Amino acid sequence: MLLNQFLLLGALLFAVGVYGVLARRNGVMVLMSIELMLNAVNLNLVAFGLQHDVVSGQVFALFIIAVAAAEVGVGLAIVLLLYRNRKSIAVDEFDLMKG
Amino acid sequence: MVAQNIAFGIIAGITVLAAIGMVSTRNIVHAALFLVMVLGGLAANYVLLTAEFIATTQVLVYIGAVMVLFLFGIMLTRAPIGRIPQMTGATWPVAALSALALGGITVYALIDRFGTDSLATDNTVFRTADVSDSVFSQYIIPFEAVSVLLLAALIGAVVLARRD
Repeated sequence: MLLNQFLLLGALLFAVGVYGVLARRNGVMVLMSIELMLNAVNLNLVAFGLQHDVVSGQVFALFIIAVAAAEVGVGLAIVLLLYRNRKSIAVDEFDLMKG
Repeated sequence: MVAQNIAFGIIAGITVLAAIGMVSTRNIVHAALFLVMVLGGLAANYVLLTAEFIATTQVLVYIGAVMVLFLFGIMLTRAPIGRIPQMTGATWPVAALSALALGGITVYALIDRFGTDSLATDNTVFRTADVSDSVFSQYIIPFEAVSVLLLAALIGAVVLARRD
């Protein structure tokens, strides 16, 4: 197996996640795309850990999984609060801070 | 080696197609199910990379817990279950251009730097015991920090979402 096949898969998934974050209107969909990007990074960490013969790659992947779980919890609470206050979770309608 | 490469090809194809489906479908529940396919494909990739504990954690935490959170989020925000015409904002061409540029640059840089380096498969295979040894010795302080972070996120989510 090549190292690059995993890195390229990670890069493609990350690019798809970037598109999702920038293009989707639904707040829950934006959070899902962020999960996609975090997972692409995890794949890179595990592949490099195997390549360089260190266990740190797997440990960092575990930390990222934990942080991503916390992020989803708080993010969905914020989306829920937005829905309760504005009856909408379309992210392009929240432009109160636009100059 | 050949069997692993064939397996990787199938898994990677399914994963990328499911990811593209996730960001392009107009049905939000379908998007969540596509995300399950992506996460499952990545778990299979971790098994190929001999990281079986990460694969197990991926299935338990992501496909188990995080997906339930997402489905609850979809349900509680009363998203329409059927097709939604306005799923992507007006900025989607800019978003597609940015994603294509980023992906193109990254792919070019990776091919330029790593080319056809083969994965060092004769290295040590890290078992779950090695991972836990590392977490509880070298990375004990980040581990405790993550514990506090999870507690803070728990309290924060409750404070944000409760009605008063």
